[in-house]
Amino acid sequence: MATLGRGALVLALGIAIYALVIGAAGAIRRDRRLIASARNATYALLAVVLVADAVFLGAILRHDFSFTVVSETSSRTLPFGYLITSFWASQAGSLLLWVTVLAASAALVQRTNRRSNGELMPWVTAILGGISTFFCTLLVVAASPFETQVAPPDGAGLNTSLQNPYMVAHPPSLYLGYVSLAIPFAFCMAALLAGRTDARWIVSTRRWTLVSWTFLGIGMLLGAHWAYVEVGWGGFWAWDPVENAALMPWLVATAFLHSVMVQEKKGMLKVWNVVLVSVAFALSIFGTFLTRSGLLSSIHAFVSSNVGFWFVGFIAVILIGPTILIIWRLPLLRTEHRMESLISREATFLFNNLLFVGLAFAVLWGVMYPVISKNLLGDEVTVTTPFFEFFAVAFGLPLLALMGIGPAIAWRRASLRSLRATFGIPFAVATACGVLLVLLGYGTSPAGVVAYSLCVFVTIAIGIEFARGASARRALSGVSWPRALGELIARNRRRYGGYIAHLSIVLLVIGIVGTMAYGTQHEQTLRPGDVLAIRDYRLTFTAVRQESGANFNERAAVFTVTRGGEKLGTIAPANRFYPIAGSPDPQRSNEAAIRTDWARGEDLFLILDSVRKDGSVTVKVLINPLVNVLWLGALVFVLGATIAAWPDRREARRIARRYAEEPLAGEA
Amino acid sequence: VGVVLLVALAFAVVVAVAMPLLREPTAGDRIAPIDDAARARLQLREDRDEALAALGDLEFDRRTGKIGDQDHAELATPLRARVAAALAALESEPAPPGEPTAVDQPTSDAAITRE
Repeated sequence: MATLGRGALVLALGIAIYALVIGAAGAIRRDRRLIASARNATYALLAVVLVADAVFLGAILRHDFSFTVVSETSSRTLPFGYLITSFWASQAGSLLLWVTVLAASAALVQRTNRRSNGELMPWVTAILGGISTFFCTLLVVAASPFETQVAPPDGAGLNTSLQNPYMVAHPPSLYLGYVSLAIPFAFCMAALLAGRTDARWIVSTRRWTLVSWTFLGIGMLLGAHWAYVEVGWGGFWAWDPVENAALMPWLVATAFLHSVMVQEKKGMLKVWNVVLVSVAFALSIFGTFLTRSGLLSSIHAFVSSNVGFWFVGFIAVILIGPTILIIWRLPLLRTEHRMESLISREATFLFNNLLFVGLAFAVLWGVMYPVISKNLLGDEVTVTTPFFEFFAVAFGLPLLALMGIGPAIAWRRASLRSLRATFGIPFAVATACGVLLVLLGYGTSPAGVVAYSLCVFVTIAIGIEFARGASARRALSGVSWPRALGELIARNRRRYGGYIAHLSIVLLVIGIVGTMAYGTQHEQTLRPGDVLAIRDYRLTFTAVRQESGANFNERAAVFTVTRGGEKLGTIAPANRFYPIAGSPDPQRSNEAAIRTDWARGEDLFLILDSVRKDGSVTVKVLINPLVNVLWLGALVFVLGATIAAWPDRREARRIARRYAEEPLAGEA
Repeated sequence: VGVVLLVALAFAVVVAVAMPLLREPTAGDRIAPIDDAARARLQLREDRDEALAALGDLEFDRRTGKIGDQDHAELATPLRARVAAALAALESEPAPPGEPTAVDQPTSDAAITRE
């Protein structure tokens, strides 16, 4: 079957090149037959890639260790769910996943635009074909999942860090985010190539951008939760290069989501939007490159390889190509209108764009500086957490403020009197909250106090927005308050879904600040019977417990937990040891023990560092206040993004009418 | 088996991709570019929709107390003029068959409010 897999990938490469060349030829010659042929190639690409997927997945499920990659990332004892995970654990498997998501997205774009976008679609086909060509080339030339060998009796097994339920969803979610950014990029480039610099490409890709942004966000949050429960250092975000790699395109995509509204409503920021979408896509490729190149030391760099130069070349093409197109089309990209006032919603969008992009580039600098320093200056340096936290605070706090200001300020122009009326109550309550926090002793972290005060400001400002909107709706239609609120959201999904997303960010900030600014940690070595006291908790170490799982042996330290004299139960941080075929040393993983107090919103978090022969153990104990608000924020984020991205038939009809005169590529 | 399946797959791909090229070309195979008049109409429709949306936002901002009546009047007047100019231009030349006319769109503040 390896022959079928290899052949399918070679065929996929041929089809991708065909879609690129014939799509472009069809667009230039405006020939329906060529365009239809390129479109069929897009569908064929998906079919062929699915065949390659089936061969690879079949080999994994059959434990066919004659496939080199399968033997490196799975074993006979691996549970079924993690066998699926092993599909994308290797470099070759993850690139195959990339191509699969890309081919599926391209086919979906063809299907949904078969009766629209006649001018853009041939170029979109060509550009997506070009991107597919790059990834198929990698799979055929540099990282094939279908390399074979003499089959060993068992595989090496999956990296223990990846044996976590979150890892089933985290990489595919991130990949969906990375890959689907290719769609707005392709439409944008198609618009430049076709000379259609109006809002058409933005209208066509609005939901794709939202979907990319949502999946990148979900992927990062799943990764954060994975890091929290599995990696075992007590945190959820370490500013690891690969975490940053997902954060950067998300930040730029967030800026883009805001700035497209300015183009749609005011015809402004056309060049800026082209730059943003190109940079977001380039950063998504950069993220894939960081994960897979082994260029930087990272917890996520499960493999290192020689695909780096391929990626560098491709990123260069992604950056140079749009630059040339922008220069070529500059006369068509001129802004039609001017900003009427710096005190307006579009102005807040401009400010937030500058902050998002500034933060993204600060993170990029932090990621790349060690590489630049090593290769250009010969000096090995590391950029550590304080660097990133400084910029996160410096850019994050103004962004947080803008999240409350933006929704509550009028488009075009706002008067100082209306600003006082709009922001008087939120500002007063937020200030009072800040003072109260200082009086309660939380002034140890000034940034924390400011962040929480701004969270209050944003929450009240957005709450007032919902209340005023529902009131206006009620005045218009005379319905009840709940129905008015429901109708308000249903009729303005993008706006109010966005506000709910803002509220989710508030929850995320509450959780992040609680843990980072007000957390407590303590490390201690204990013998059986010893007591560890931290804040109002008392942990009594009772014994070491040994257990065996499906494919591991576990060693746990058992503690009884009391608080204020009340017994809360037992808690047992553990180490797991996974045997590796052919190796005397097993793989070790930390299994943190977490006791969640929902009423307080805090976690008691224990990590077993070591167990000695005399029965003593060294443990690290953390109290993470409000960390669970962060996970609640993740759910609200998904809700807000879903509402914002939900299709709107009335809007679709309006757009169809507006662009009714466009030529159709048609079904040849 | 793998080789046989691969050959079958390749054959199916070639057929699917070549199918549109195998039929006789016709005059309708060449997509006519959007002519200048159509491009101008598209620009007018975008302008009309942009101004209508802005009027809708203004009305919403007035209803929710973000702007006062005086600011609303000042900002709405040029937008109404833009809508009127776009509609007048769109109605001055007949649209091609099948194309929506300007009156297919909401044209009044009442319609905007309903939307």
